[in-house]
Amino acid sequence: MEPAAFVKPTIEYAQLWPVFLVFGVACVGVLLEAFLPRGRRAVPQLALAVAGLVAALIGTVVVASRSGVLPGGQARGRITAEGSIAVDGPTLFFWGLILVFALGGALLFAERRLDGGVSAFSGQAAALPGSDAERRTQHLEQTEVFPLLMFAVGGMLLFPASNDLLMMFVALEVLSLPLYLLCGLARRRRLLSQEAAMKYFLLGAFSSAFFLYGVALVYGFSGTMTFAGIDQAVRNDAGNRVLLLLGIGLLSVGLLFKVGAVPFQSWTPDVYQGAPTAVTAFMSAGTKIAAFGAILRLYYVAFGADPSMWQPMLWIVAIASMVVGAVLAVVQTDVKRMLAYSSIAHTGFLLTGVLGAQSLTDLAPGQVTSVQAVLFYLATYGCAMLGAFALVSLVRDASGEASSTARWVGLGRRSPLVAGVFAFFLLSMAGIPLTAGFVGKWAVFTVALSAGAWPVVVVAIGSSIVAVFFYVRQIRLMFFTEPVGEVATVTRPSALTSATIAVGLAGTVVLGLVPGPVLDLAAHAGQFIR
Amino acid sequence: MSLPWLTLLIVVPLVGAVAAALVPRLAPASGDAAAQRSKQIGLGASLLTLVLGVAVAAQYEVSGGMQLAETHSWIGALGVHYALGVDGLGLLLVLLTVVLVPIVLLASWHDVEEEPGATGQRTAGFVAWALALEGLALAVFLATDVFLFYVVFEATLIPAYFLIGAYGRGDRGFAALKFLMYQLGGGLVLLGGVIGLYVVSAQAGTPSYLISDLQRLDLGQDAERWLFVAFFVAFAVKAPLFPLHTWLADTTERATPGTSVLLVCVLDKIGTFGMLRFCLGLFPEASQWATPVVVTIALVSIVYGALLAIGQDDVLRLIGLTSLSHFGFITLGIFAFSSQGGSGSILYMVNHGIGTAALFLVAGYLIRRRGTTRISEMGGMEAATPVLAGMLLIAGLATLSLPGLSPFVSEMLVIIAAFDQHWWVGAVAVSGIVLAAIYVLWAYQRMMTGPPPEDAGSTGSARTLDLGARELAAIVPLVVLLIGLGLYPRPLFEASNPYVADLMTHVGVQDDAPAVTQPAAEPAAAPEEQ
Repeated sequence: MEPAAFVKPTIEYAQLWPVFLVFGVACVGVLLEAFLPRGRRAVPQLALAVAGLVAALIGTVVVASRSGVLPGGQARGRITAEGSIAVDGPTLFFWGLILVFALGGALLFAERRLDGGVSAFSGQAAALPGSDAERRTQHLEQTEVFPLLMFAVGGMLLFPASNDLLMMFVALEVLSLPLYLLCGLARRRRLLSQEAAMKYFLLGAFSSAFFLYGVALVYGFSGTMTFAGIDQAVRNDAGNRVLLLLGIGLLSVGLLFKVGAVPFQSWTPDVYQGAPTAVTAFMSAGTKIAAFGAILRLYYVAFGADPSMWQPMLWIVAIASMVVGAVLAVVQTDVKRMLAYSSIAHTGFLLTGVLGAQSLTDLAPGQVTSVQAVLFYLATYGCAMLGAFALVSLVRDASGEASSTARWVGLGRRSPLVAGVFAFFLLSMAGIPLTAGFVGKWAVFTVALSAGAWPVVVVAIGSSIVAVFFYVRQIRLMFFTEPVGEVATVTRPSALTSATIAVGLAGTVVLGLVPGPVLDLAAHAGQFIR
Repeated sequence: MSLPWLTLLIVVPLVGAVAAALVPRLAPASGDAAAQRSKQIGLGASLLTLVLGVAVAAQYEVSGGMQLAETHSWIGALGVHYALGVDGLGLLLVLLTVVLVPIVLLASWHDVEEEPGATGQRTAGFVAWALALEGLALAVFLATDVFLFYVVFEATLIPAYFLIGAYGRGDRGFAALKFLMYQLGGGLVLLGGVIGLYVVSAQAGTPSYLISDLQRLDLGQDAERWLFVAFFVAFAVKAPLFPLHTWLADTTERATPGTSVLLVCVLDKIGTFGMLRFCLGLFPEASQWATPVVVTIALVSIVYGALLAIGQDDVLRLIGLTSLSHFGFITLGIFAFSSQGGSGSILYMVNHGIGTAALFLVAGYLIRRRGTTRISEMGGMEAATPVLAGMLLIAGLATLSLPGLSPFVSEMLVIIAAFDQHWWVGAVAVSGIVLAAIYVLWAYQRMMTGPPPEDAGSTGSARTLDLGARELAAIVPLVVLLIGLGLYPRPLFEASNPYVADLMTHVGVQDDAPAVTQPAAEPAAAPEEQ
């Protein structure tokens, strides 16, 4: 048989260059590692990463300003790279969010003042905890984290943009593998960190396998990998429906694992706790945003013709995530674990927005759409999580970070500013008015109620009440409880961490008081294109 | 139309709060001097607010309707406006608030104790939170947009939480947490209602949260009833009514008397205010549908609150529980659906605010002198402190609605309305008056009469002396108001009657307003219904 002639694919560089830029910077970062002496890498690596992220952010804005509205007026952008990447309004919004939070992550990675002049990353990842090798390498700096970060960011940019199943799988792996590594690099508490990385890797590999199996089954149903083709097949109802439903289920396992939805949440607390706090901060915001982008695109574009195939499942997953996340957060005694469980509950709230999908004809003009609500919620959630974890990294005792709640007792008296800002982030996560979290919560509940999912909204309100309890208990502990025994103190950070916290705080305040512009921007992003 | 009077009214106390909070930081002084300065700033700001409140009242035209309205678009995408306006109901509660806050600050002048060597931050915090509470409460009473109302409604909880948690006695952290959990729980139920309103309003055309727009909507019977329930539950937690009242006594027991005044006399009025403004204003048919249940709850609250009050040995718990009984009366008047009931309940809110404030503050004076809150450990103070005893008696008699004091007018109106509704409703309500006589007079007897305590007079210590000038300056205005409005309630009626007339037209009830030409003792001569 004659092999088919090779056709050179067309790549629309004008749309895709921010992504290529990020990957390019990551490769240059690897070269820097190879050619610069160890002692001189930190500053160039940080500068390179920041410059790359800023340039990509500017690129995103440029691409967005040039993207034309498609006929019909509901969507903008274009399909690129032979149909495998869609650069549309929501994609660009996701890119903007991911890049902003990645910038914060890069700054946190570079923080060296907190631990007495060294970064939070292990000098030599391969050194066994407690061994001579570890002691010898203790003073060394690890700067591979920056290229790893950039590769992860590249994967995150591709994930919500991927317009066929293979690209989605590749993006999933590209974003996950560097994160598995990063989780295991903590300088302190090596064992906990390595355990977290191991757990995350094993479970992540498992879920990827599920995803891949799902890809195969959906391909078996539709005979195509592209979302547009799958959508056509669903509309025509051509093929074996059992394959389709099983495929959707398996794809969902892979995606819901990444966002930490129940019943695939068990890795979240361990990884959030064990990973270096800077990595947790970046990962909690970035991964969730990217993965929700992928979830939205997969469900709305590929399977949007018949929401009844996936909506009931999302009802159950959303309800379970909210309840399990909120209830288990109550019994946590570690701040990072508490935030991890609260992030599971937030996944449930976000899914509440996702399942509130309605066709545009069912919505009044100007009514909040489910894409708009989820986009906005992700922005508020990212600000609060990034800022909160950055603050966690400041609270330390003799053995490093003190994330046990017992050490946080009375922090409000010793450091009113840090405790006050942390309390503000908690209030935003709890959805108290005048913070960003409130508007986000309002938006996702509204779209769910509008789509008739009132039982989910009732559960969401119930679990919000439970969630308020543990947030407020933490505030009470910081401000009103008398400290007993050893307590943690706040270490003064360098400008890097301070800037990240300030950006998170500003975002939380501004999105709470004047959410209009960002809501309009999310509305302007419009719908997904096929 | 020149000055945005209502915005000024809200902003002045908030600015004062910031100023009072920053003074100890910006102008370092010894602890006492800094504390003194922030108290002076606080008092100044609250007096300026009082002047503004009076200026607003002077411009208010007795013909009724929303006046001095300010409407600006805030979040266009959600149909949210920054909309303020004042009508008869709002005006009276605004005046109550601006009168009570300076009195509370004056009365609590020495209630906040600084830790040794402190820089006056604790005092500054108390003043700042109190002023913040004032500003937000005023915004609640002036908001004419449901979303804005909800935002400030929830935001009032933050200053309240810190006032209880940081400045009370005993296990105040627990009390603050319980208070907040109840309030936020109610608030989240209300959020469900607010979201529901958006969905209904969006489906009817353009989404808008303006009360005036929402009143024109046809909600449909089911939606209206569900929304009513959501709103009513939130307001019943706030007001509070049986069985959602259990936070009340725990809170007043542990908070300072000044905080209790702000909570019970100002903040809890939001509950009954909301019933009038939103339950009757937006859901008139559902309100009538729910009347049997609401009236039952109100009657249970009246009797149960009074019985609980009789059994208390803690004077602050006792006063808190009397308010449960009073809020039962107010709710009864609101849901009587008559002009007497409506006007009576509005006047009741004002009079209860003044009378209970006086009671809390005098009790606070007494507690400072005796160092206990236990009624059984007091006694015999009458001879040593005749002025204090006299003030307590007047405040107590106001609470039991003695003719000649202002609460009598409103209580009579409510009871007349109750008898009009059903003879047995009136009969149960009247029993509340009898029980009130028991708890007030018996408590007075145990606290004031009997053999003088051993340390009274003999040592001549400052603790047992009679009221000082500052304490008198705080309490006398309240007593003057109680007597003055008892003899001449006409201004109250002039504000409330047009509002009630509009409301009765809105809910479809026709009757005559209660006559106001007669002095206090004769409101029973008001024309009968029909």
